[in-house]
Amino acid sequence: MTILAFILAGTLAAATPLLLAALGELIVERAGVLNLGLEGMMALGAAVGFVVTYNTHSPVLGFAGAALAGIALSMVFATLALGFMANQVAAGLAIGVLGLGLSSLIGKPLESQTLDAPGKLAIPVLADLPVIGPLFEQDVVVYLTFGLAVVIWAVLNHSKLGLIIRAVGENPHAARAIGFRVLRIRLAAVAFGGAMAGMAGAYASTIYTPLWADGMIAGRGWIAVALVVFGTWAAGRIVFGAVLFGALSLGGLIAQAAGVALPSQLLASLPYAVTIVMLAVISSNRRRMRLNTVASLGQPFAG
Amino acid sequence: MKITFERRATLSRPVLFAAPLIALGLAMLTSLILFAALGKPAGQALYSLLLEPFVGWYNISEVLLKMGPLMLIAQGLAIGFRANVFNIGAEGQLIIGALFASALPVYFPEGASPLMLPAMIALGALGGATWAAIAAGLRVRFNANEILVTLMLTLIATQVLNYLLLGPWKDPNGFNFPQSVIFPDAALLPILLSGTRVNISVLAALLISALAYVMMRYRFSGYQLLVGGLAPRSARYAGFTEARAVWVSLLLGGLMAGLAGACEVAGPLGQLQRSVSTGYGYSAIIVAYLGGLNPLGIVVSAFLMAALFIGGDNAMVSADLPVAAVFVFQGLLLVFYLGSLTFIRHRVILNWAGRA
Repeated sequence: MTILAFILAGTLAAATPLLLAALGELIVERAGVLNLGLEGMMALGAAVGFVVTYNTHSPVLGFAGAALAGIALSMVFATLALGFMANQVAAGLAIGVLGLGLSSLIGKPLESQTLDAPGKLAIPVLADLPVIGPLFEQDVVVYLTFGLAVVIWAVLNHSKLGLIIRAVGENPHAARAIGFRVLRIRLAAVAFGGAMAGMAGAYASTIYTPLWADGMIAGRGWIAVALVVFGTWAAGRIVFGAVLFGALSLGGLIAQAAGVALPSQLLASLPYAVTIVMLAVISSNRRRMRLNTVASLGQPFAG
Repeated sequence: MKITFERRATLSRPVLFAAPLIALGLAMLTSLILFAALGKPAGQALYSLLLEPFVGWYNISEVLLKMGPLMLIAQGLAIGFRANVFNIGAEGQLIIGALFASALPVYFPEGASPLMLPAMIALGALGGATWAAIAAGLRVRFNANEILVTLMLTLIATQVLNYLLLGPWKDPNGFNFPQSVIFPDAALLPILLSGTRVNISVLAALLISALAYVMMRYRFSGYQLLVGGLAPRSARYAGFTEARAVWVSLLLGGLMAGLAGACEVAGPLGQLQRSVSTGYGYSAIIVAYLGGLNPLGIVVSAFLMAALFIGGDNAMVSADLPVAAVFVFQGLLLVFYLGSLTFIRHRVILNWAGRA
């Protein structure tokens, strides 16, 4: 494979954990809840996914375990933020710290162990195309994730369920007045976000880099939170953002391909720096932000 | 049965102290169960974590050593948190502060001027404030969320630190370790208690805490900050702006974190190393909350958290616990604190008849 093909193929794989986590957070925020614990839920999912896959040799069980771990941690958040009406920023940070700690605790015995990389699935015809062919030779989770993005877009914008979620996020009082159980819907959204973040972590630790290293999530959960803002709470734009960051995280390879020698630390900083710049560019359009921001985001609601 | 929370009009003082204590108890209980489930000697772990830090003069002095930076950073962060400005990148501001401070001894390793140390401290504060100013400017001018920006800036700061230590600032005689030259005596803080590593920075941290208390309690600007964050619109109406709250919060937060970074390299480390970043910036967030965002409360919670750090080091050896156990415990503390806060701020009403 040429280096260009490698970059093309790698971009989608690198985008996958970001996209999984960001799509989950999209649903959570659309329902009016701000869960900043993504980094912790991803880290916990990564550790549980790795340990389960290592012991059972079943990636499916690994993903299931990671999803359950993500849900469990998100329920701690829900208890504080929804049940006890605690400050959502603080509650998110709390489970973030807890998740990171649990992740290293659980992963510790398997430090530096590796897993077999899963096989790739080439889509007939498409994978044989010149230049862009490598885009269609991915592991199965990549296809599923991008497919899920379409499903989530359709559900949010063209289904009754989507309408209910959005109603709860935009105006919980009105939503309750017409008979929706606001807290129950928010709880379900938070659980969904937890499952997605857990699986995003499992993808990172068992498929993308199938090796356990403490701290492997390395800010990806926070980038996923930022992606939801970049995407101004729309699934399509979040996919675009995730692919852009997938490409950025391969900055080292791209620089190598272009024949530029740059310090590795500069390349490692690139996704973070671009996050800051993009955040400023997109947020500076205050009118657009006001139009798209979920109205009740982060505000506690007394059930 | 339906449970509702009704906000209390006033809070009694003993009740305010109860929340952190209840949180501590519940966090202890939970981690006891957790450690046992992991097959670690749970009792030994808890003893190491919670009691051993207070056994013997050496342990106590180490607690005092760690308390300084935690207290400094938490005081700075609490100003922002009270104004609803969430600077969670104190770790990065600490790193940049340490870098700025280290520049002097790195370029003048033979320096003996008595001005070196004060200049380092000033540079450290400047470095931290500068790093935070980026976030403040972006928030005020471009509306960019300060939580995300300060966090991203921390990740970048870590890379800058790595770059300098592996490249231009690496000690040429340091056997290729990623660390700077060892600082000259003129670049080191005087020791406060002889025979220990405790330096005068802990006194400075206590002094700044007292100052923070006076400012919050008796100065109009403290009140302005509070209102600016809690009710931006009414604050603007009354003539003080959200922009000012953002600038003041972030600059002070960054300044304190930078100061802490400078005191680390000029104190216990004596050189610039990767271990300047051990998570003080993150832990200080928890310290600030556990202290009830109150300058006096923070002094107490910083002491507790410092003890927890020392206990964690001990538990690593005595109960074979990884260092992550400390972070688990910290996370649990914050979770239980936020939970118990609800019961303190609200009256719980049980309605057995069903729907209210």
